[in-house]
Amino acid sequence: MGEGLKVYGFSISPFTRKVLMTLNLKGIKYDYVEEDLNNKSSDLVRYNPVHKATPVLLHKGNPLPESLIIVEYIDETWTDKPLMPVDPYDRAMARFWANFIDTKLVPSIKVAVLKECEEHEHEKKIEEANQWVKTIEDVLGNKKFFGGEKIGYLDIAAIWLVGWVPPMQEAAGWQLINKEKYPNLSAWTEEMLSHVTVKENLPHRDPLYAYYVWRLSGFKPELTPK
Amino acid sequence: MAKGDVKLLGTWASPFALRVKIALKLKSVDYEYLEENLRGGKSELLIKSNPVHKKIPVLLHGDRPVCESLVIVQYIDEVWTYGQSILPSDPYDRAIARFWAAYVEDKVWLSMRAFMTANDEDARVEAVAKFKEVSVLLEDAFVKSSKGKPFFGGDEIGYVDIAFGAFAGWFKVIEKALNVELFDEATTPNLLAWVVAFLAHPAIEDIIPSTDKLLEFATNVVLPSIKAVAPASQ
Repeated sequence: MGEGLKVYGFSISPFTRKVLMTLNLKGIKYDYVEEDLNNKSSDLVRYNPVHKATPVLLHKGNPLPESLIIVEYIDETWTDKPLMPVDPYDRAMARFWANFIDTKLVPSIKVAVLKECEEHEHEKKIEEANQWVKTIEDVLGNKKFFGGEKIGYLDIAAIWLVGWVPPMQEAAGWQLINKEKYPNLSAWTEEMLSHVTVKENLPHRDPLYAYYVWRLSGFKPELTPK
Repeated sequence: MAKGDVKLLGTWASPFALRVKIALKLKSVDYEYLEENLRGGKSELLIKSNPVHKKIPVLLHGDRPVCESLVIVQYIDEVWTYGQSILPSDPYDRAIARFWAAYVEDKVWLSMRAFMTANDEDARVEAVAKFKEVSVLLEDAFVKSSKGKPFFGGDEIGYVDIAFGAFAGWFKVIEKALNVELFDEATTPNLLAWVVAFLAHPAIEDIIPSTDKLLEFATNVVLPSIKAVAPASQ
């Protein structure tokens, strides 16, 4: 057991999965607590009083929230099988692109595919999403993973593309990210899915598909899991 | 390791560019500063170096661009490893510092914009209240991480000091222009002292723009441009 290591999470959320995937890739043992976000545990509120959100890592009694901060912490504490690049410039690029994924790429894809905009804006939103997908397609290039030959920090940061985009596109009935337009990302998705630890750590397609069908019929969640 | 040419694209009033200037100063790095004239349209160099966001600051190290102020500050800390560390050496303390810097990024700039767009007394009062929610949490973070010393980083300026302190000049502008108190003895006594210590620090006092100059800029440039454009994310 990893020295009193516990994760408070919401298993359908990519943010939680980033943390779990990191721990599993490193072969680190931990206890897991699934949170009901409509009825948060007193532990979660105590350990993340600022955001009251999952995921939270508890290590030797020290709590830490925010998925990517947790990932770097795990990488710096268990230094076997490093995820962050060694070179400072590559590290800066990994952090920059991880931030880009969260702040620009993912929101734009959601808006475009789930049509979270006015009808007349939709085409423009699709164009915008395509612009950002093309950007990350070029960042990947013909590398096997964002991390090069092995899965790295940026692959974990991009996990939403692997686990959540396919059921979302299936529910929407069309593909923003398709093989013809984005061969690099498509090949990378296949590589990720054929990696045992990654595959095992993604939520099942069914609940995600059902969730996106629900979203597409015009419902908005009261609580957006983090 | 060859350090090469270092250039910084920034604007003189930007707290984000100031973060980078502080980090470079702390590490005694020589660099060429390029003032970006945003009203004259973005320079070719800026667009080429930061095609995704087209924003300053951009650090050019041997012609390789690094973007996003907090990414740049971490980069500087990891390249120039002599002397004082900007981030804590302990992984947990380092993670907590990253957490609070991210919190500042999320909350502080937005709450400052709320001041700029406050058209009446009610809006001003609300802006103060919102800022207080944020500053009270940062007060608590300060107490925990400073461990009785003058800065978030302890004896010396660290990552959160830079992330949050870069707004200190703008705090003074808001206080002067709107006649409000952003920090007070009752709720944020430590931050009240911290702002003074931060602004007096040798690495800061020479490079932070004067309150008067910032106030003039806010009055003549920032406020009119906020009124001219519909509210949008920056």
